[in-house]
Amino acid sequence: MHQFLIEPIVPLNLAGYDISFTNSSLFMILVLATIWVFMLGGMKRELVPGRWQAAVEGVTGFVNDMVSTSVGPEGKKYVPLVFSLFMFILVANFMGMMPFGIVPGGHAFTVTSHLTVTAVLAVLSFGTVLVVGFWKHKLHFFSLFVPHGTPWWLMWLIPFIELFSFLIRPFSLALRLFVAMTAGHVLMKVLAGFVINGLNADAAWVAPVVSLPAFVLMIGITMLELLVCAIQAYVFALLTSLYINDAVNLH
Amino acid sequence: MPQISQILATYASQFFWLLIVFALIYFVIGLGILPKVDAAVDARDAKIASDLAAAEKARTEAEELEGAWQAELTQTRNAAQAEAQKAKAKAQKDAEARLAKADAEIAAKTNDAEAAIAKARAAALAGLETVAADAAQDIVAKVSGIKVTAAQATQAVKAALSNG
Repeated sequence: MHQFLIEPIVPLNLAGYDISFTNSSLFMILVLATIWVFMLGGMKRELVPGRWQAAVEGVTGFVNDMVSTSVGPEGKKYVPLVFSLFMFILVANFMGMMPFGIVPGGHAFTVTSHLTVTAVLAVLSFGTVLVVGFWKHKLHFFSLFVPHGTPWWLMWLIPFIELFSFLIRPFSLALRLFVAMTAGHVLMKVLAGFVINGLNADAAWVAPVVSLPAFVLMIGITMLELLVCAIQAYVFALLTSLYINDAVNLH
Repeated sequence: MPQISQILATYASQFFWLLIVFALIYFVIGLGILPKVDAAVDARDAKIASDLAAAEKARTEAEELEGAWQAELTQTRNAAQAEAQKAKAKAQKDAEARLAKADAEIAAKTNDAEAAIAKARAAALAGLETVAADAAQDIVAKVSGIKVTAAQATQAVKAALSNG
């Protein structure tokens, strides 16, 4: 669990709150810098894009398509938010997979494996839905909880189910990402522990029997974990755009 | 699990730094850089679309030009054919007229020649009778000593020739 530990680097205090610059903050800044550098590569704005520009345009086009298919033409306004969420989660997930451990004393920190971070992201996503929904539809937004074609004799039940499923969205968004990242990293840690402890075992037969299969499995799990990193970022962004669609177009 | 056991000690720092970082990502990258990248993509799409439209227009123009050229070619060819037909008909008519004239001339010449030949033959025949009569008169006179008149000899020659 050491990999999830938050350690202060520069202790800071603001109005009684501890806002120390921690290893978590450091990785957030790293994520920001990575996204920034990546996006600056797309600023060449050439008519015939180079590889880097094509990569940047591929990512922006991907998010654009996702939002426009989920929300429609009105979704253009929300692309920056969905794009920011997608890029932050994607790069933070990948950053946690980087082999910083080869530097003595260093270890990768996965920003998105912290409930505090995923909760803020989920609240941003959910808050946008609430603000947009009430801004556009005023109190009519509550009709979201009464789907079309609800029989009158179910009126006492359906709105409550809908309300409940609506209110649970930020929790599911936050927990899904937090749990996926934490579980993946714990699994990798356990398998890596098998490899190391097998090699350090007194009995000579333990290394080939335990370490080797665990190492092979470790490679596969690492690939899977990289896939999960991308999928979780995609799921978060896709669900956010679907929720925005609810707010923009109701049902 | 540090995420939960540390939560009270670290939430302020996590919120603070995350909000700073995410605000930078949203305002600088999401609102600053992203629209420029999109604008570049849109500009390229527009450029491609306009280029395609221009190419399509050029193609239509070329097809129209080719059609006009074909029409002109067909017209010219028809005119040339008509001209050639006319020239051929005229040449044939001329040739026929000349042929007819030549035929007439040849026929006239042949007639003249035939008449001349007939006259010459008649003259020759007449001459032959006279010569034969003279010869007969002389022969008779020499052989028998009888004087035969020219009229009698001529009559005898005539009778012999017509019999012969």
